[in-house]
Amino acid sequence: MSTTTTDARRNPPGRGERFADWTDSRLGLHGAGRKNLRKVFPDHWSFMLGEIAMYTFLIVLLTGVYLTLFFKPSMAEMTYHGSYAPMNGVRMTEAYASTLDISFDVRGGLLIRQIHHWSALIFIAAMATHMMRVFFTGAFRKPREVNWIFGFTLLVLGCIAGFTGYSLPDDLLSGTGVRFMEGATLATPVIGTYLAFFLWGGEFPGTDIIPRFFAVHVLLVPGIMLGLFVLHIILVFYHKHTQYAGSGKTEENVVGMPFMPVYVAKAGGFFFLIFGVITVIAGLFTINPVWDLGPYRPDMVSTGAQPDWYMGWTEGLIRFMPGWEWVIPGGYTINFGVFIPLTLVGVVPIMMMAYPFFESWVTGDRREHHILDRPRNVPTRTGFGVAWLTLVFVLLTAGGNDLWATHFHLSINTITWTVRIAFFVAPVLAFWITRRICLGLQRRDREKILHGRETGIIKRLPHGEFIEVHEPLSQDELHKLTAHDQYAPLELGPSVDDNGVVRKQSPVQKLRARLSQGYFGEAGQIPKPTRREYEEITSGHGHH
Amino acid sequence: MSSQAGSENENNGEHLPTVREGGEGGVAVEEHDPFANPGLPPHEPRKQDIDERAAKRSERTVSLLFTVSMLATVGFIASFVAIDVDKIVYIFPLGHISALNFALGVTLGLALFCIGAGAIHWSRTLMSDVEIVQERHPIEATPETKTLVKSEWRQGTEESQIGSRKIIRRTLLGALTLVPLSGIVLLRDLGPLPETKLRHTMWGKGKLLINMNTDEPLRPADITVGSLSFAKPEGLEDGDHDFNKEIAKAALMLVRIHPGDIKDAESASWGHEGILAFSKICTHVGCPVSLYEQQTHHVLCPCHQSTFDLSDGARVLFGPAGHPLPQLKITVNDEGYLYALGDFDEPVGPSFWERG
Repeated sequence: MSTTTTDARRNPPGRGERFADWTDSRLGLHGAGRKNLRKVFPDHWSFMLGEIAMYTFLIVLLTGVYLTLFFKPSMAEMTYHGSYAPMNGVRMTEAYASTLDISFDVRGGLLIRQIHHWSALIFIAAMATHMMRVFFTGAFRKPREVNWIFGFTLLVLGCIAGFTGYSLPDDLLSGTGVRFMEGATLATPVIGTYLAFFLWGGEFPGTDIIPRFFAVHVLLVPGIMLGLFVLHIILVFYHKHTQYAGSGKTEENVVGMPFMPVYVAKAGGFFFLIFGVITVIAGLFTINPVWDLGPYRPDMVSTGAQPDWYMGWTEGLIRFMPGWEWVIPGGYTINFGVFIPLTLVGVVPIMMMAYPFFESWVTGDRREHHILDRPRNVPTRTGFGVAWLTLVFVLLTAGGNDLWATHFHLSINTITWTVRIAFFVAPVLAFWITRRICLGLQRRDREKILHGRETGIIKRLPHGEFIEVHEPLSQDELHKLTAHDQYAPLELGPSVDDNGVVRKQSPVQKLRARLSQGYFGEAGQIPKPTRREYEEITSGHGHH
Repeated sequence: MSSQAGSENENNGEHLPTVREGGEGGVAVEEHDPFANPGLPPHEPRKQDIDERAAKRSERTVSLLFTVSMLATVGFIASFVAIDVDKIVYIFPLGHISALNFALGVTLGLALFCIGAGAIHWSRTLMSDVEIVQERHPIEATPETKTLVKSEWRQGTEESQIGSRKIIRRTLLGALTLVPLSGIVLLRDLGPLPETKLRHTMWGKGKLLINMNTDEPLRPADITVGSLSFAKPEGLEDGDHDFNKEIAKAALMLVRIHPGDIKDAESASWGHEGILAFSKICTHVGCPVSLYEQQTHHVLCPCHQSTFDLSDGARVLFGPAGHPLPQLKITVNDEGYLYALGDFDEPVGPSFWERG
């Protein structure tokens, strides 16, 4: 394919060019530029989600550096005499006092603090939706499984950064969150008590946890995230971006606009766009008004305490769990009521991380995939994804059960019991319904391919019959609707071979065959029309 | 799992679609395939590509946006200098908000947004929108490269003699296994050992119950039916350096229940004329329990909604807590003040492995 350029301007060797040559002879920049300057990126709105994540991450880093200039990560106690009158004379930690200073004494400090918090929320939301896009379109398939793991790790680290970050101001709400962490740490069997004493530097709350969270929040986690983020982007460049099926797009090419100049302007501009929007939001809408709540005290609490949204599902797990607590022989306590949720907090995300490997094991497909799936064409995967999301939403509901109760005048016990049942039932239902919808959409695609699009024009035939005129699809549309691969389900074959000898079939093989049937058997996909079916129907004129 | 899959993949290639549909971008397939990839459609020019006046309009829009950005930055600096940091204004519908924060947010936001909007408008209307096709290449290396790299690796390991010199290999492995231990040992001083710290609170025999709000010792008459009172142990002052650590365990709540309404006889005997003292720290994960329902004598933890029945030994009625709130034995001294008869007889707060 040609890479024709309309640019025919001749540049006299100016200062810029000489500088480029200077750097090239030292850093080898021209070589990297040759590969990447005109690198093609396909265009689709769903590819923007990852960009939002990237830019909000940069905004969080920028504003975070500013905040460290003023924030004092210390739990030393002092009496406040700053400009926020309602807190005058109140004893508090330096962490809380410096947060008040950032909000009320540093000009623009409140703005930066609010940009930091708003972008953190949007960052994690963007990572989550980006991950959904990658999941539902099958972009995680070979060769991108490793990048899926990088992205997943970034999401987990983002949540850790978020939790340690909103704990730093040491206000009444965040301190309650830290207390919850301590209670959860204590629930770890065998080592929990020691773990809690080592993390908190003694008994709760102590004076170490804020400085330690600070180190994790500004150094450890962002350092790892920055490294993973760079690797993530390098791999996107190296693999070249995926694209949706369409005219001229194949597994062997990538069609779109060049990085220089279109994406430099478009993506670079998008950074400013997002930064601008978040800045306006931060200027208009207060987030986390720590001054309302007062400093943390272990014997005080506010009602309606909620974590930031991305921790809501873990809050749900901890709230709807029955209070099972056993004392086992030997006089040891196992607090299942907290320990089981704690385990699930690890297991639920890991299921997601492992999915690409699970699917490639079921399909046995070793080919590279660069054309994205439409979610309907892989109903079982889509069903799993929606089931997983449903689970998270059920848990989010459980995490806000007190708010549901107070806002809608419902019984908290009823809500909690509903959620306990929904935890098991809703994902299964969601899986089943999603699969049915996908199959229905596949049937509609099949119908559209074979019979064309309904035009809404009603025609009366000479003998009086009314028909609706169907317009045949263009070749572009026909191609888009049929471009996906359809796997044949894996057959185990007879358990006895032709000579009557029993063939060994391991339980693993049997499981795999059953899964393959579920994914690609009759109930798992609608066969796409064959060329013959199409020709038989379209050659006969008239209607069917 | 991967080795498992690897061995099994040999025999089931037949369920994979063998030929990829679609063909090469637009290359005609022998017989007519109705589903074939029709190839890249011809480029359709935009208005700006053919009408210089439209292009000029775009140019003006872009430069206007960049100009607005410059003005907004000037506005930002002006607001920073001119507006007092503690000035509050009423802006509908946002309410009373900081004037400086509002002005800085709007001006900086506008300055950034206009750069973005300008650049994007520029790229969409004026920069070439001719789609370009680039070939992909397999991610994996060519067979020659693979063979070469593998043989170089083998040559490297052979030259090192790590395979033949067993004693070196084993001692190296041993050294590398042991060396991280130092790192783990270094973590020891992160905190003291738990010992029995979680089993004791500041409460002890004879300690007066001090009203949390008034800092005065509590008398039975101060505790009325239908209210929840909070107390701390005598000797714990707000400014103490370990106040938070001590109150995290010692926080106490007091209720008065008509003796006839107390279902648990032992619990009643630990109180004084129906005044019962329970730990305020939830046994789930340690939030302070504080929502009191006076008719039923239930208390609810606002964090995770564990509900305890104070008239029945603080039994758990609902929610994720695993055991009742510990009760403190109290009575009245000669001067008529409430005091503790000892420490809690079980650890307060969330349960832990050694709790028993």
